[in-house]
Amino acid sequence: MASIRHSSSAEGAGPARSEADTPSSHVMRFGLDRPLELDSGQSIAPLQIAYQTYGTLNADRSNAILVCHALTGDQHVASVNPVTGKGGWWETVVGPGKPIDTNRFFVICSNVIGGCMGSSGPSDIDPSDGKPYGLNFPVVTIRDMVRAQKRLVDHLGIARLLAVVGGSMGGMQTLQWAASYPDCVGAIVPIACAARHSAQNIAFHEVGRQAIMADPDWHGGEYQLFNTKPSKGLAVARMAAHITYVSEMALQRKFGRNLQNREAKSFQFSPDFQIESYLHHQGASFVDRFDANSYLYITRAMDYFDLAEEHGGQLSDVFRVNAARFCIVSFSSDWLFPPAENKRIAHALNAVAAQVSFVEIKSDKGHDAFLLDEPEMFATVRGFINHAALELT
Amino acid sequence: MSTHQSGLRPDLAAIADMIRPGARVLDVGCGDGALLEYLVRTKGVDGRGIEIAQANVNACVARGLAVVQGDADTDLVDYPAQVFDAVILSQTIQATEKPRVVLDHLLRIGQRVAISLPNFGYWKVRLGLLAGGRMPRTQTLGYAWWDTPNIHLCTLADFVDLTRECHAAMVEAHALNDNGKTARMNPDSLTRGVLGPNLFAQGGVFLLKKS
Repeated sequence: MASIRHSSSAEGAGPARSEADTPSSHVMRFGLDRPLELDSGQSIAPLQIAYQTYGTLNADRSNAILVCHALTGDQHVASVNPVTGKGGWWETVVGPGKPIDTNRFFVICSNVIGGCMGSSGPSDIDPSDGKPYGLNFPVVTIRDMVRAQKRLVDHLGIARLLAVVGGSMGGMQTLQWAASYPDCVGAIVPIACAARHSAQNIAFHEVGRQAIMADPDWHGGEYQLFNTKPSKGLAVARMAAHITYVSEMALQRKFGRNLQNREAKSFQFSPDFQIESYLHHQGASFVDRFDANSYLYITRAMDYFDLAEEHGGQLSDVFRVNAARFCIVSFSSDWLFPPAENKRIAHALNAVAAQVSFVEIKSDKGHDAFLLDEPEMFATVRGFINHAALELT
Repeated sequence: MSTHQSGLRPDLAAIADMIRPGARVLDVGCGDGALLEYLVRTKGVDGRGIEIAQANVNACVARGLAVVQGDADTDLVDYPAQVFDAVILSQTIQATEKPRVVLDHLLRIGQRVAISLPNFGYWKVRLGLLAGGRMPRTQTLGYAWWDTPNIHLCTLADFVDLTRECHAAMVEAHALNDNGKTARMNPDSLTRGVLGPNLFAQGGVFLLKKS
């Protein structure tokens, strides 16, 4: 049993809280009779998937493109985010006349499971005891997220996606689509990602998780029951993570050693430097829109991602039966998912004679480049998608 | 510059004629993908490209070609042996840092290697240096010495020497002539005597295999 509805925002505890429970997006629900089986052996039921669509599905349902969001992203690719009131996170790429042109394509983006923008996650109420799941929510993987997306796509009546596109964790999901459902997707665009999370990346995530769990307001994950939230811990997690999203060069260019609103060093520990107050701002604005437990779950999902694990480390074997075409995009100054990691995927695909292109765009903007104004990325994505559409629709 | 009926540059048209239908082809330095697209469309090849320039890579992607952005000098080592029926290197070897290493890799990766290059022994080039006393600038070699990507220019005779160094057998050799046409030549004519294609050809197109 599945139902689609369009809910209105609930009154009460702030926009972030209400979007998690009753999102203003489309919602697809699966009842207790349709549990989503997970890699951990556990399952989620009932299951809720919040999603947005843009453009119109054509008559033969061949123009659908799934966009997958990154760690702290959501389904609002190209529509105003109801929590922040800001525009969608990829309006430069998705929209009328944009590289993924919604005048031609039907674009779908769903909030990942484990998230906090309306899809099932740790802040939901556990029907077994009427309390928020907290850490009783099952640990999910990238493959589980993709399983949920597949269920959504099936229920939208789309047998085969024209393309799956995503950056960072979204890129991991695109690769997982190629591995899990090779017959259901025509073109794959993994951007700034890798086929496995590196030790260094797991290390940064663990710093973030420990910061959250060390905050006394976290309460073992049950902070909703205490009507509080671990804002300090989550802010520190975001600050540490944010450093990994930008390049050393860009930070130096933007901030250097400039002082913030003062003429001289204060010889105190309030933020003297612009970079400090910038990071404080990043942390503070993040806690208003993101749930701390969701941050734990989603970072864990990324850490567990290793596409070749089930194939004895042989990444090529993952793609052995693949008819999809791939366009892998990387950025020269991305040290979180360096070009070499992206290129590894291209080599693995080449080794099994898959149709793969690999692009390394020169940028000093680091990992976040995929979210920013990068005209070469726009040109690559536009050209690739348009040609795929020419052959596949 | 005149063009083949395919619309391709003359050296590319000569290379295209060397490729068998349905072959697995790697075009190293594939530019905007014009040759690869032609081969895919007219000969049904399974085509792959390597290209360094962003605008060219984007053009290839928009043509639906499989292209890897990279550098012939550093990336060929990642390709396994003998996986391609043919490897193409057009007007690129003179711009590589290590032409000998690149040629060795090409012969390792492909059953056949189709390669085109400008001829620094061409009479206008020789005359330019002899009479003008300056680094020659011609139609095919149009750069100032301080600005040129062509860091390893050679004559066609020099190139034949390199193929021998690399234990390559010459399957076919074509001269690229002043009139924009290609003509089959005997590669031995490049290294014997003073008059011949090493003096009169603007460039050469060769098909090699490991001997």
